[in-house]
Amino acid sequence: MMDILTAVLYLASAVAYMLYLFFQKERLQEAGYLFLGAGFLAHTLGLVVVSVQTGYLPIHNLRETLGLAAWAVALVFLFLRFQYRIKIMGVYAAPLTLLAFTASMRIPDLPPTQPEAVYANFWFFAHVITIFLGEAALAMACGAGILYILQENAIKEKKRGFFYRRLPSLEQLDGMGYASIIAGFTALTLGLVTGLLYSKIIWHRFISWDPKEVWSGISWVIYAVLIHERLVGGMRGRKAAWLAIAGFAVLLFTLFGVNFFMDGHHGEFTRF
Amino acid sequence: MTFPVDRDLPVWDERYGVMLEIVLTGLNHKTAPVEIRERLAMNRQECMEALDALREHPHVDEVMLFSTCNRVEVLMAAKDGDAAVAAAKGYISKLKGLPVDQFESSLYVHHREEAVRHMFCVAASLDSMVVGEPQILGQVKDAYHLTAAKKATGPLLNRLMHRTFHVAKRVRSETGIGDSAVSISYAAIELARKIFGSLEGRKILLVGAGEMAELAVEHLIQHQAGDIFVANRTLERGVALARHFNGSAIALEEIPEALKEVDIIISSTGSPTSVITREMVRPVIKHRKGRSLFFIDIAVPRDIDPAINRLSNAYVYDIDDLKEVIDGNIESRRAEAIKAERIVEEGVVAFSRWVEGLSTVPTIKAVRAKVETIALGEVEKTLSSLTGLSEEEKAAIRRMGQAIVTKVVHDPIRFIKDGCHNRDESRALSYARSFFNIHD
Repeated sequence: MMDILTAVLYLASAVAYMLYLFFQKERLQEAGYLFLGAGFLAHTLGLVVVSVQTGYLPIHNLRETLGLAAWAVALVFLFLRFQYRIKIMGVYAAPLTLLAFTASMRIPDLPPTQPEAVYANFWFFAHVITIFLGEAALAMACGAGILYILQENAIKEKKRGFFYRRLPSLEQLDGMGYASIIAGFTALTLGLVTGLLYSKIIWHRFISWDPKEVWSGISWVIYAVLIHERLVGGMRGRKAAWLAIAGFAVLLFTLFGVNFFMDGHHGEFTRF
Repeated sequence: MTFPVDRDLPVWDERYGVMLEIVLTGLNHKTAPVEIRERLAMNRQECMEALDALREHPHVDEVMLFSTCNRVEVLMAAKDGDAAVAAAKGYISKLKGLPVDQFESSLYVHHREEAVRHMFCVAASLDSMVVGEPQILGQVKDAYHLTAAKKATGPLLNRLMHRTFHVAKRVRSETGIGDSAVSISYAAIELARKIFGSLEGRKILLVGAGEMAELAVEHLIQHQAGDIFVANRTLERGVALARHFNGSAIALEEIPEALKEVDIIISSTGSPTSVITREMVRPVIKHRKGRSLFFIDIAVPRDIDPAINRLSNAYVYDIDDLKEVIDGNIESRRAEAIKAERIVEEGVVAFSRWVEGLSTVPTIKAVRAKVETIALGEVEKTLSSLTGLSEEEKAAIRRMGQAIVTKVVHDPIRFIKDGCHNRDESRALSYARSFFNIHD
């Protein structure tokens, strides 16, 4: 029931933002923001109810994992929107949230296979939440990077078309992308650290060279390089935008691809 | 449009009892290369000295002059226009230490209606490098205030300048001629904001000088832009401009160093080759750690190597790019230009009519004097031959004589004035002069 309400609100938000993209009416944007906020509240309530009923966070299968990803994207966008007031990002975030959420609803709800002890642990909770928030923030960075490249092309090529008028300044897009990366990288780092601790507690070793662990390390290194280059070499703008997009592609592969194509102890989170 | 009046009709000047003509000489961006313009450009102090000197000159009766980076104009009223032009040339040559023959070929000389028309076109920004740019009117007004404060202008030029401002305002408000210039500057600001977001604190480098470039800088200042640097070929002019913008002047050689600091570069020099090259910018890009550089090239030919646009985080827009940004509708711009020309022509006609009105005054005076001399002479002759009249009766007869004079000349004066009104004044004047047998 809560799922339906959430889905409807996310849909309304995505539609409002799409209309905003074309018609540039301030009220559409405000409506999109409001619907997303309401959808997020309904979503949170649903998660809380499920968690209380079962006693642990709902990420037993792909359905629940995707749902949590949608929740994290919505949360990070709402925060960014509140903090940086970049309205146009909703055009990217609202459909992304909707896509992840509706996709999750289409996937059958499989029962958990692991013993409950695996899930009912503070480190597990911390690991999942920080990783997902980090990934959502890095999804925003990817979005900002895409918008940056669109806008930069418009200015460089002197073609002042559809996006030129609608997108904010390069400086804003770059700044927001960088802020997202800093936040995402921080959360990702915390997520990896809590993951290591959790692994130590459950399997009595920090690292088991599980493909997911390796790919997480690779993603982490990409973002570390990005931040390092920016701080030391002043890598900004176009290159930074491309790297943010590439980083997120690797991250997406880590999140889903690894589970589909490789084996490992993260596999059960994306069963479908 | 042709002008249907006698071009040799001079203006009567009551102060001197002679005829004056309006004459204008000067040079601008179309007639003189930038080297000459820079050599001859006058600062405020020099303008004031020139006004004092020319006003005292026996061949110059009224004078006004103004100098911008694109032009020097000397407007005069004189008994002998050519002598006044020669005086102005001589003075400028002496002031600037440049022999007359080195700049004479760049000068234009306009007499009477041509001078009036030129003045109108300049103030209405039809003669500007960027047609319609709005600063020129303010510059002409400043120059006139300076002149008026020195009392260097008289009735003729005062009237001309007031008509000039009127015409310029009409052109501005009734045509769209000013829109494109303002919007070029506006488009540059809009682009800068798409790159930088807020322009607050962004540093600006102005290379060269020019009405458009200065306008763009002023707009940037309105958006709270930060420090302003001015690089100019002649440091003196650069220092003056920098002072105007509360900025600092640098030498052209210092541009590569300045590029590390500034965010927006506006260039508008008369240089035939690139002032800022790709090789100059490439090392700077690395040094800037990814901060964007926005080049606005207002100069024709271009000052900034277009290849710079291909460097990362560097954006180059020249005047054509900016014009395209606004609107490529050339047809409507041409229509606006025609409308502006019509307003100028109307102004020229109206002013010429006023000038002719001035020349009717001596004729009217002569007619009245002639009739008065005859009538009052006859009255006195008659009075002296009559005896036994009381003083009151004599006064009454004299009053009668005056009344007859007034009534007799009423219709001829009417005829002269109406002739002026019907734009057929020269014929009316010559008839009147023939009827009353008046000769100069």
